[in-house]
Amino acid sequence: MIAFDNVAYSYGGGELLSEVSLSLAPGSFHFLTGPSGSGKSTLLKLCYAELLPTAGQITIFDRDARGLSRDDVARVRRRIGVVHQDCQFLDHLPVATNVTLPLAVTRRETSAQDLEDLLAWVGLSHLAGAMPPELSGGERQRAAVARAVIMSPDVLLADEPTGNLDWEMSVRLLTLLVELNRMGKTIVIATHDMNLIRMAKSQVATRVLRIKDRRVQLAGADL
Amino acid sequence: MIRSILADMTPDPAADRVVPPTGHTAWLTQFTAGVMAFLAVFALALSMAAGRLADRWEDALARTATIRISAPEDQMQVQTEAVLALLSTTPGIAEARALSDDEQRALLAPWFGPDLPLDELPIPRLIELTEDGEGYDSEGLRQRLAAEAPGAILDDHDRWRRPLAIAAGRLQALGFGAVVLILAATGAVISLAAKASLASNDQVIRVLRQIGARDTYIARAFVRRFTLRALSGAAAGTLAGLVVLWLMPSGGDAAGFLTGLGFEGFGWLWAWTLPILSAAIAFAATRATAFAKLGTMR
Ligand SMILES: Nc1ncnc2c1ncn2[C@@H]1O[C@H](COP(=O)(O)OP(=O)(O)OP(=O)(O)O)[C@@H](O)[C@H]1O
Ligand SMILES: [Mg+2]
Repeated sequence: MIAFDNVAYSYGGGELLSEVSLSLAPGSFHFLTGPSGSGKSTLLKLCYAELLPTAGQITIFDRDARGLSRDDVARVRRRIGVVHQDCQFLDHLPVATNVTLPLAVTRRETSAQDLEDLLAWVGLSHLAGAMPPELSGGERQRAAVARAVIMSPDVLLADEPTGNLDWEMSVRLLTLLVELNRMGKTIVIATHDMNLIRMAKSQVATRVLRIKDRRVQLAGADL
Repeated sequence: MIRSILADMTPDPAADRVVPPTGHTAWLTQFTAGVMAFLAVFALALSMAAGRLADRWEDALARTATIRISAPEDQMQVQTEAVLALLSTTPGIAEARALSDDEQRALLAPWFGPDLPLDELPIPRLIELTEDGEGYDSEGLRQRLAAEAPGAILDDHDRWRRPLAIAAGRLQALGFGAVVLILAATGAVISLAAKASLASNDQVIRVLRQIGARDTYIARAFVRRFTLRALSGAAAGTLAGLVVLWLMPSGGDAAGFLTGLGFEGFGWLWAWTLPILSAAIAFAATRATAFAKLGTMR
């Protein structure tokens, strides 16, 4: 789905990521960990062509990220659901509209039943009509997950999706993501939460990528 | 091209909603477009009225003058030839020609009837001259005529109108230039407003891009909004301008320029191109601004 070949990235200063090579196979489930500021969010941004590598090559759905036109980028992003670390919404539109936005921008409709099911799935049925600024941090994250999956994307990238959630909610969210993975979606979750990773490992075959000293390595059996 | 413009302007309430309503800035854009159109109506009316005036005066001038020779019959031929010879060496005169008896008779017929016995009456001989280029020096010509043919009188009383006709022509160009400038200012204002709107909706645009909206989708939401504002504002301004012009007292032909400051015939239709032009300019300005902004983000 997405492959990095000897990728480096820098925001202008020194290199933040170096010699990163990895491949996200269809249906795989990856965790991405590393200290704060190590470049987890940056790596995810490279995955959906928000950033372009400063060296090396990134292939997204068999296409070189550098060769994508702006419309290509839009098309690629319809196949990649993203849950941002700081979930952003259109604050003037209710949650339900925000969740269905990815369909709206491609002029597609969603059935009321599907939307209801989705909101129930993330536990937000009662907040469908609320405005995003009224939501708690955890509710925002769940709404962001709902928005990320409504297009039924091939890949789901989640940046600290459980950062604001209590353990019970985190487990529920993880269960949702595992379910999606079982449906064949490729999942990448950036997180510090080791308990979450252990929990996931007990349910599904996962790989853990760790960013250390600018390199991405496969974490060992210690997790 | 046409199809893409139509696509850009097709109402799409869902797409329009993704950009938050802007309240009073929306009203300001509309107001500005309206005021500009209102002013443009007057500039256009001025231009057209000046144009009509220039045409009328140009026609009246026709760049001709007449020399009248009154002389005793035995000197008539001599003086006529002397005047023609003189005119042929005067700079600024393209052509000079003595009217034939038939032509003179035709000129006088309205007053004296067709059976005028020209030979028996001391009718002055008329010489018609046509200017070229810068025209001739009428004072110099008068003096030379007095010396060579004492019976010849230069009649060029229409000449004083020439500077007026030129001024009217300039006024026409000025009015038209003002319309162009006003439309350009409308475009500049809309560009600024669109730029401000895009900047204040930076987060909205980022979110839309991130979830896979194409540039055209995002740009359209802004383009539609500003085009419709410019169109409605300019339409109101044009209407107001036309009403004011229409209420101006009509003084008939005698009143001349000031009361003639309206539209005639197709002029009224020309005024209605102003809202359309404003909308087209807003469309282009917003589109360019939106794509420039989108080009700065992934
Ligand atoms: N737009 C930017 N311009 C310059 N530097 C940036 C930019 N975004 C991030 N950085 C820097 O790059 C580094 C990595 O940032 P990134 O957000 O990828 O870290 P992270 O691993 O996601 O951290 P966290 O766990 O705190 O979310 C940080 O030092 C950050 O300051
Ligand atoms: Mg981060």
